[in-house]
Amino acid sequence: MASTGFGDAVDPSRRRWCVHVAGLGLSLALPALPARAAARRGVERPGSLVTVWLAGGPSQLETFDPHPGTAIGGPTRAIDTALDGVQIGADYPQLAAVLDRVSIVRSLVSKEGDHERGTHAMKTGYRPDPVLTHPSLGAVVAHELPQAGIDLPACVALGTGGFRSRGGYLGATLDPYHVPVPGGKGRNLVPPVDPGRQGRRLAAVEAVSRAFETGRAAAVRRTLHDHVRGEAIALMESPQLAAFDADAEPRAVRDAYGDTPFGRGCLVARRLVEAGVRSVEVTLAGFDTHADNFAGHAALAGTLDPALAALVTDLERRDLLDSTVILVTGEFGRTPSINPLEGRDHWPHGFSALLAGGGIARGCVVGATDPDGRARVPSDPVDVADLTATVLAALGIDFAREIATPAGRPMRLSGGRVVERLLIDGLRPRA
Amino acid sequence: MHACRTIGRRLLPALALTALVVVLIAIVQSPSAPPPGAVGSDDRPGLVAALDAAVAARWTAAGIEPADPAADLAVLRRAWLALAGTIPSLEEIRRFEADGAPDRLDRWIGGLLRERRSAEYLARRLARVFAGDDQGPFLVFRRDRFTAWLADAIHDNRPVDEIVTEMVSARGLWTDTPAVNFVTQAQANGSLDAEKLAGRVARCMLGQRIDCAQCHDHPFSPVTQGQFEGLAAHFGQARITLLGLEDDPRRVHRVEAMAAAMPMPAATGMTARNVPPRVPFGEPWVPAAGTHRERLAGWLVHPDNRRFDRAIANRLWQIVFGRPWHDPVDDLPDPPPSPDGSDPVDVLAVDLRDHGRDLRRMLAALASTRIFRLASVHPLLDDDAAAGRVAEAWAAFPLSPLDPEDLITAMSQTTSLHTIDGGAPLVTRTVRFFRTLDFVRDHGRPADGAPADSVSTVPQSLLRMNGRLTRELVEANALTAAGRIAGMAADDDAAVEVVYLTMLTRRPTPEELSIMRTAIASASTRGRGVEDVCWALFNAAEFAWNH
Repeated sequence: MASTGFGDAVDPSRRRWCVHVAGLGLSLALPALPARAAARRGVERPGSLVTVWLAGGPSQLETFDPHPGTAIGGPTRAIDTALDGVQIGADYPQLAAVLDRVSIVRSLVSKEGDHERGTHAMKTGYRPDPVLTHPSLGAVVAHELPQAGIDLPACVALGTGGFRSRGGYLGATLDPYHVPVPGGKGRNLVPPVDPGRQGRRLAAVEAVSRAFETGRAAAVRRTLHDHVRGEAIALMESPQLAAFDADAEPRAVRDAYGDTPFGRGCLVARRLVEAGVRSVEVTLAGFDTHADNFAGHAALAGTLDPALAALVTDLERRDLLDSTVILVTGEFGRTPSINPLEGRDHWPHGFSALLAGGGIARGCVVGATDPDGRARVPSDPVDVADLTATVLAALGIDFAREIATPAGRPMRLSGGRVVERLLIDGLRPRA
Repeated sequence: MHACRTIGRRLLPALALTALVVVLIAIVQSPSAPPPGAVGSDDRPGLVAALDAAVAARWTAAGIEPADPAADLAVLRRAWLALAGTIPSLEEIRRFEADGAPDRLDRWIGGLLRERRSAEYLARRLARVFAGDDQGPFLVFRRDRFTAWLADAIHDNRPVDEIVTEMVSARGLWTDTPAVNFVTQAQANGSLDAEKLAGRVARCMLGQRIDCAQCHDHPFSPVTQGQFEGLAAHFGQARITLLGLEDDPRRVHRVEAMAAAMPMPAATGMTARNVPPRVPFGEPWVPAAGTHRERLAGWLVHPDNRRFDRAIANRLWQIVFGRPWHDPVDDLPDPPPSPDGSDPVDVLAVDLRDHGRDLRRMLAALASTRIFRLASVHPLLDDDAAAGRVAEAWAAFPLSPLDPEDLITAMSQTTSLHTIDGGAPLVTRTVRFFRTLDFVRDHGRPADGAPADSVSTVPQSLLRMNGRLTRELVEANALTAAGRIAGMAADDDAAVEVVYLTMLTRRPTPEELSIMRTAIASASTRGRGVEDVCWALFNAAEFAWNH
């Protein structure tokens, strides 16, 4: 079914007002929280970005842009959703039920068909540069929306697969803190020895520091080595670390996300956002289905569907969705034509992404791909750089702002342009 | 009984003599003893003196006195890190300290430069310079083969102009002719990215960042977009075939209309057109015959192309000192009209050209300079305001952070009292390989190849303090140095001294000794106490920074 484009059923400004009022009501209905935490809900809360990264290149035809019954559609069927006239892949029933909170871009285009380069282009909005390391979108968000009073790292990456995000020229402090198996106690946070021994170890390292500083104190201080160790120790002792522990949630909540590493990752992402972390990335790998595409994608849907739906509804229920942008995408899509191995190959000429939350409009579908799979360019193409600009704008960040890189060359936070119909109030300036 | 004792008494000296002979043979055959070779050939002292004069001029201009000379062991550690990516083993330290001759540093460093492990380390560093840091295209790029080829070339001390000529112009399969990986690394989206290669050639071999000129005339650099395209066109005939990298004489380099990533004021040449190869300057240096790539190579390494030698010299300066003389390392000022004695990079460049493009000669000279032998302590380095001026004037040896790979190599070396090199047992080297991969991935490399400005981060600190790798490396058991030190040292003080020598290449200060002594005494076993000392040294700034 073709996209609805501009034809949203409900006037966007009225919808936003409804959500805002409902949100106030919900805030009062939640269990009593300490005053400071209660202030961190609703639309006035500083924003967070959750990136759900589908590593390998998810097929748009099996997920969010199916073309059932066509030569390119394969055996994939489509189902109706909460959005009138919009269908998605039949393996995503739970997501379909909450799709009215979500917007879909079906016409993403990129110039990169290689995994590493494509990942770079999507995560940063720029093509790889030999002279400069571009920061990922999450790093930009963390840089522009600093968090105060929070011990947790500003950028966190959960799960394994794909290529890592970087802080780039914004600094290595914005490299994400990586937890390959989310749900436990975080990573490298627990000293391997008892407190008494740990105390002796720290006293010993301080003695070495004093000796090293003799005759070069300022130079050693500039390395920040000892200062950062102090920060790391503060993190180890912080009660906020409980955010990493998925087991603290009731059984019903954990089951809703699914008993999978990715499901736990999405649950931890919600907890981290709730605790004030600016950027959380959760990776689900395995989408590079050059062979056996349909079975592969069906299996992954079993993991992705419940976790994604749970994340959206959970954030909404806790009044965090208005201040959290969720971006679901991969480095590119997959070919409309099916290869002899029942697989699909790389296709950056029209693939899909989901956007929800923050200043993102609800229920908007942008672009359409050719049901015959012949068109090289989709209708209403959206460059990947435009996607990053839109996400930044949805968090109230000035995407066109230029900052000076270490080389002296000025660089915009995003090189693209905003897709205005994806934003609730057009370009929303930050108060 | 009496007969047994008589036989025993006769056998004992024989056994002792045999044991002594065996030990002597082991020491002589040990791969880590550097040959006590000659200091260096002919006029190298002249080169070193010229370099010293250039740096001294900086001190005078800044009005800052240079630091005192560093202790020999400190210089040894720097040299090992710079030229082999590791630190001296206990074995090497003992032997070095027993070497009483006054030129022992020159001989030991010269010896290290001739060892295979130095060539392999320098090859890894240079492979990252020439072929970048990322994984590269699937199948057609083989970093391992490329690095091995570079290691052979460096070990054989092949002239760097030969090495560069091969990299730029070779033909063949990326497995059989590893030099072609320099070009095949630029394969992307089905074709060779000539613009990427042009940018890389300019940065690595000309010391100019001209990448901006790809899209528009750069406001600061004299290179225009047209000149950039002419340079890129030299790679226009190269293509990857079943036989490997070949040059197709029928192909013409074509520049497509580009959708600019950023809105640009009216940029020139936005339509598709054919571009012939042209060099941006020095037309007379282009050889008359050869493929486009061969002619480019000939132009690059022409004796009159001063930029080539300066680019190489600045890069080696960074490898030896941890920060380049000209910053950024791949964007140098234009060469002066005549050789400039006040610029050590220019001095090195002229010498490189006049001595057969000999890399080993340059590295040995750099390690012989006065600045390389200066301490990294200085009275002004205690003062926040003045510390920057000391660094700018090169009045003390600079601090620079270790690459995570070097960090873990150094740590692996400390777990073995013997030298880990090509002769070390396969198990040791395999374990080190996988440990290195994991740690490097988790630790992350400094961005932009600008290590001098990196600071450590919280995740790195957590990794060093609580990571599994650290636990494995400091653990005291029969296989690790910590275990053997704890078992064999005469007393706690001796144990502390050995740990300091193996990890920091120095002895502890009285204050440190007192605290470490307490730490060991308070631990439940001496082994655990030694572990705690090892942990502390591993987490200290002094271990993770070159000084």
